[in-house]
Amino acid sequence: MTEAQHLQAILRLGDDALVLGQRLSEWCGHGPILEEDIALTNVALDLIGQARNLYTLAGSREGQGRDEDALAYFRTDREFQNHLLVEQPNGHFGDTVVRQMFYDAFALERYAFLARQTVDPDLAGIAAKAVKELQYHWGHSSQWVIRLGDGTEESHAKVQESVIALWGYTGEMFMADDVDVACAEAGLLPDLEGVQRAWSVRVADGLSQATLSQPEDGWMQRGGKQGIHSEHLSYMLAEMQVLPRTYPNATW
Amino acid sequence: MSPVEMNLEARFEAYVAEDKKIEPKDWMPDAYRKTLIRQISQHAHSEIVGMLPEGNWITRAPSLKRKAILLAKVQDEAGHGLYLYSAAETLGVTRDQMLDDLHTGKAKYSSIFNYPTISWADIGAVGWLVDGAAIMNQVPLCKCSYGPYARAMVRVCKEESFHQRQGFQIMLTMAQGTPEQKALAQDAFNRWWWPSLMMFGPSDADSPHSGQSMKWNIKRFSNDELRQRFVDMTVPQAELLGLTVPDPDLKWNEDRGHYDFGAIDWDEFFNVIKGNGPCNKERLAARVSAHERGAWVREAAKAHAAKQAERRAKSSTHAA
Ligand SMILES: [Fe+2]
Ligand SMILES: [Fe+2]
Repeated sequence: MTEAQHLQAILRLGDDALVLGQRLSEWCGHGPILEEDIALTNVALDLIGQARNLYTLAGSREGQGRDEDALAYFRTDREFQNHLLVEQPNGHFGDTVVRQMFYDAFALERYAFLARQTVDPDLAGIAAKAVKELQYHWGHSSQWVIRLGDGTEESHAKVQESVIALWGYTGEMFMADDVDVACAEAGLLPDLEGVQRAWSVRVADGLSQATLSQPEDGWMQRGGKQGIHSEHLSYMLAEMQVLPRTYPNATW
Repeated sequence: MSPVEMNLEARFEAYVAEDKKIEPKDWMPDAYRKTLIRQISQHAHSEIVGMLPEGNWITRAPSLKRKAILLAKVQDEAGHGLYLYSAAETLGVTRDQMLDDLHTGKAKYSSIFNYPTISWADIGAVGWLVDGAAIMNQVPLCKCSYGPYARAMVRVCKEESFHQRQGFQIMLTMAQGTPEQKALAQDAFNRWWWPSLMMFGPSDADSPHSGQSMKWNIKRFSNDELRQRFVDMTVPQAELLGLTVPDPDLKWNEDRGHYDFGAIDWDEFFNVIKGNGPCNKERLAARVSAHERGAWVREAAKAHAAKQAERRAKSSTHAA
């Protein structure tokens, strides 16, 4: 594992957290019920908090004077390395909670490992806090998928569609590239095959409680980790980055 | 009115006059109950409609720290809505009924939220001025005669001071920032100053419900009194920011010990209330749309809970 790979691994973690947090924050004020405005905002706040910690760590490791905002606001979509899953639009509430459930199941495994590893104690500290948050997120997202799947005929049909539509974005999380392999060998990141096994058990259990059927593993979309995103990310960044890029000399 | 009722009413009034709290199970005059339902639900609606103009900038907040603070702030407002809907429910209305009144235009919410937030500085101005004015209005309500409302307001007021501070911080940073930022801050101040003064309602001469509400200890200070306090508090803060209050008539009055200020455009005020504000239609449409798009989700949650209860009932009869 080179220093550059180590840095890249931290940035990727931050990018997943920020992009998903940004997506969830779009819900604020528009949820199906007031309690969900509060709950989804809680999750968004946790994820943005994780991103801030990770970017700050990445910036200090890089040693070029970039802080959390430089990394969030002054990189292009080609430089963001989040998974495609987290940048997918919110869609309806069912789409949002399925996307969240798929991510939470993955993030829980990943962060549990990160909290235990001893290669990077700073990262372990950030991860230990994140694990507690992710447990709550998983509870929230999987409970909603169960409610919707086991709710009315309409909700069952709708959320089944969400599962089918988002399934093709799950495979990318388990496709190891050079960075993943090197970091796993060094003991910084978990082995993705193991993560996938745990993820599959967790998700299969959630879906079965929700009386939803699990799609066949077909072709899986990929490219996020290489900075080749869906069309959605560039719009998201344009919106998110507009002020710092319009007034590059300003502080806020 | 029967002698029994007269007796009850006299006791109620004596009780309130002694500054004691009325609780949900206590007898209360019908008009008192109605006034409270109207006021508390209107207040709850204001909290949730108020999430929209600020929510408008969450995805564009200029730093991650500001984004997190704004998210937490708007989330607080949702929480305020919850406390207040619960307080109103103790008077015998349901949240569904109240939301229905909001969505059909029967219930009102604070008109201030019908103004647009067109720049990031507006988020500063809203926190500083709108939450600031809300605090002026709300602190006295912590001592109002209806227990559940008073207790809800204690929780609300604790959070409001953080809201005002974060708004002031945004303004301060911008007012001390680049010339462009300072211009944005002044522009936002210009647009939000007068609507903020209007938040205290019509002047006392034109305020129909005030007298009775004062007697019932639901209201403790008149609209004009609170407005004056707000002006007196805010003008020195504007000076600290280095911003100009957009009122050529504003000046300190040594004799009164207060600031004199210019005439409020009540024509604009009543037009915004009537529905002619810049964002009345958007705000209501956004609430209605969120509610309608969420209907299937709420139904699913209900259906699932019913199924669960049924399963539990079945398994417990089997066990027995
Ligand atoms: Fe509030
Ligand atoms: Fe507030």
